[in-house]
Amino acid sequence: MGNVLTIILQRLALGLLTLLIVSIVIFIAVNLLPGDFAQSILGQGATPEAVASIREDLGLDQPMVTRYFQWLGGVLTGDLGTSFAQANFASFSGTTSGATTIAEQIAPRFGNTMFLAMITAAIAVPFSIILGILAALYRNTIFDRATNIFTLSSISSPEFFLAYILILFLAVLNPIFPSLSNIFDGMPFSERLEKSMLPALTLTLVVTAHMMRMTRAAIINLLASPYIEMARLKGLSPMRVIVKHALPNALAPIINVIALNLAYLITGVVVVEVVFVYPGIGQLFVDSVKIRDIPVVQACCLIFATAFILLNLTADIMSILSNPRLRHPK
Amino acid sequence: MSEEPLVKMRDVWLEGRSDETWNPIINGVDLTLQKGEVLGLIGESGAGKSTLGLAAMGYTRDGVRISKGTVEFDGIDLLTASAAVKRELLGKRIAYVAQSAAASFNPAHKLMDQHVEGPVQHGVMGRGESEEDGMELYRKLRLPNPEQIGFRYPHQVSGGQLQRCMTAMAMSCRPDLIIFDEPTTALDVTTQIEVLASIRDIVEQFNTAAIYITHDLAVVAQMADTIKVLLKGDEVETADTRTMLSAPTQEYTKSLWAVRSFERPLKPAVHTGSVPVVSVQNVDAAYGTVPVLHDVSFDMHEGRTVAVVGESGSGKSTTARCITGLLPPSAGQIMVDGEVMPPDYRKRSKDQLRQVQMIYQMADTALNPRMSIGQIIARPVEFYLGLKGAEKRKKVDALLEQIELEPSQYYHRLPSELSGGQKQRIGIARALAAEPKFIICDEVTSALDQLVAEGILRLLARLQDELSLTYMFITHDLATVRAIADEVVVMKDGRVVEQGPKVEMFKPPHHAYTDLLLSSVPEMDPDWLTNLLTERGVDNIGDAAVDKM
Repeated sequence: MGNVLTIILQRLALGLLTLLIVSIVIFIAVNLLPGDFAQSILGQGATPEAVASIREDLGLDQPMVTRYFQWLGGVLTGDLGTSFAQANFASFSGTTSGATTIAEQIAPRFGNTMFLAMITAAIAVPFSIILGILAALYRNTIFDRATNIFTLSSISSPEFFLAYILILFLAVLNPIFPSLSNIFDGMPFSERLEKSMLPALTLTLVVTAHMMRMTRAAIINLLASPYIEMARLKGLSPMRVIVKHALPNALAPIINVIALNLAYLITGVVVVEVVFVYPGIGQLFVDSVKIRDIPVVQACCLIFATAFILLNLTADIMSILSNPRLRHPK
Repeated sequence: MSEEPLVKMRDVWLEGRSDETWNPIINGVDLTLQKGEVLGLIGESGAGKSTLGLAAMGYTRDGVRISKGTVEFDGIDLLTASAAVKRELLGKRIAYVAQSAAASFNPAHKLMDQHVEGPVQHGVMGRGESEEDGMELYRKLRLPNPEQIGFRYPHQVSGGQLQRCMTAMAMSCRPDLIIFDEPTTALDVTTQIEVLASIRDIVEQFNTAAIYITHDLAVVAQMADTIKVLLKGDEVETADTRTMLSAPTQEYTKSLWAVRSFERPLKPAVHTGSVPVVSVQNVDAAYGTVPVLHDVSFDMHEGRTVAVVGESGSGKSTTARCITGLLPPSAGQIMVDGEVMPPDYRKRSKDQLRQVQMIYQMADTALNPRMSIGQIIARPVEFYLGLKGAEKRKKVDALLEQIELEPSQYYHRLPSELSGGQKQRIGIARALAAEPKFIICDEVTSALDQLVAEGILRLLARLQDELSLTYMFITHDLATVRAIADEVVVMKDGRVVEQGPKVEMFKPPHHAYTDLLLSSVPEMDPDWLTNLLTERGVDNIGDAAVDKM
């Protein structure tokens, strides 16, 4: 196991390094956004003095490198900074008390996004893997083709289109689920679940195709191996051959695709959130970009990047663990 | 044996699909196997042995079909039987032992889990009972530590042991028939003996019928009651083992039998004081921190063939890598013509590189599949000799003639359009293109059929006489050594255990390990294995014998 531990530690260190590089990229990219907060909040008629004063208050007049290290230092000590939009400017009120920190602002939104992602994953992952196994088992039959057509058409359609179709069928024609997902703190779990169902189903349709097709392909890829032939020649049922003999060896690529899709569920759900008015982090992100609220945008980006890196790291580690050669060295 | 045969195949035709057309693999072969009988199925690669063996189980691989004929097992027509009926037979009454146990065991499950799967799924035994039985079989097959070995993963067990575990797995339901598909081809000679002895014992003990597929005549002579010879999908002849060995009736069979007769005449002894072409001096080498070679020294003289023999992992190929400079030695030096070579090939001059050439075991992977034969050979001609245009073409044509391939016919072909033996000839031509003094031949015939291999050996011998080349011949096949070597170096665990002229090596007394190697090479005598086992004492085969040294 020492071997595996070393690999895992290496991956962790690599993940941290990636995160550091990503933080630089985020900082530069966000600062390259055209326009700035002071300009956009004061409007066309702002005097240059007023703009300069706000810029000074927010520290925007400092050189970029200084600002980066200030930001990085803050992040490392758990302080994501203060939202520009929430700040009370010294020049107007003489005090900065009462401002909400970004952490407080993002926390509930991020919680909501995670909730939606987890529900979707709980539905989509088992669904796609079972579908993939069945498609591999009944490969080249009508079932296989129908599954492929269904998943491919759902991934090829725009998300908002899928969302409206689901609303039409599951909320309007057959009022099973609510079409608005305006959840809030303190809502009981069952109601939360019911309200999140339509966005979760929409996202399930979006992510199923990748996972299902990878499961199918990874399994079929192994069917020509000698040990699969051996399993068949032992007179095992086709289902057993696939689930017991092919699937355990096909796990690594499947895990990786699952991780990519889970990362997408956390970082890429803006459109679905907008359609269902779901108060997730995606909406916050888009709103902040609109008003050039740079600290919030940076914080969101950093959270997205962390989620991506963590999920891929988990996938890497699980792939390693799925290999018996590494789990049980000679 | 008047009762109904166990397997009855009549006029079986098999076809394989390639490029959208069906090509014949087996053309109307009959096969009859009585209960408890062992049939040896022999032939060169492409003869259709494995396909026929699998067809006896009613199974065909993807892209193969049985186009005509009947296959009956114990009165059941396997070709019309439903999938469920066949599944009921497979594993339970008909079992299969594959060529590569390492590839045929599922890497994700422990050996015992795979062993008990058949009996449990077929409802023959419960899990506990089957595990007990598995350990008993492991014991019968003389596996070390039979109580524990089943709880390991396939990658934790050596090749020879895995092959025996697979035989045990095939035995798990006490089938009436086992198909052995080249079960010892991938093993070293000393390991092969153990597996052969185990298989033969257990087949006799349970009176199991078997079809034993192999290309090695000496092996089949030990195992089979009856031998059937196949050639390109046609049956050549069938007879009981002793008759077949002593009086084959067909020309083809006779030619197979005669292959091992090739032997080069002896050469006069090397002059004392002459400078060796290549001299390996006190070489140590390691992969990373793992030491592989320990104090390896031997000389190779002009116009001679030095055979380096030993089992896999003994350091033969590593020595070659040190000589070529691919793996710089950690101690010692390599001398060519009395001149010390830089250890790293990147530091050697073009002329130093030219002196040492290599021919590889797998001609398939050693030739660039996207380059034509002409381009493959022209590249070293241009690189080492600096020839261009018409001169280059002339040289390539001359080289093709040297390896007995018609230049106009082969110049523009791709490697994929050549047979295995022809590809190996291209490998030889490519090495010759540099006009070297010294060629390392790394297991160059072990992937080839015996007849083809013999052709390659004859070609190499002729080239040696014409060009006074020096060969380092890496092999684990002692028949090859006997055929072409002048001197022999025996390696084990990265050390040279014995070296000397061939005549002396094949004459007793030997070093104990050389003796084990020599006596492990199967002979055509059907009583060879029995006699050998008696001689060594049953508990003293293979592993045990090696451990004693």
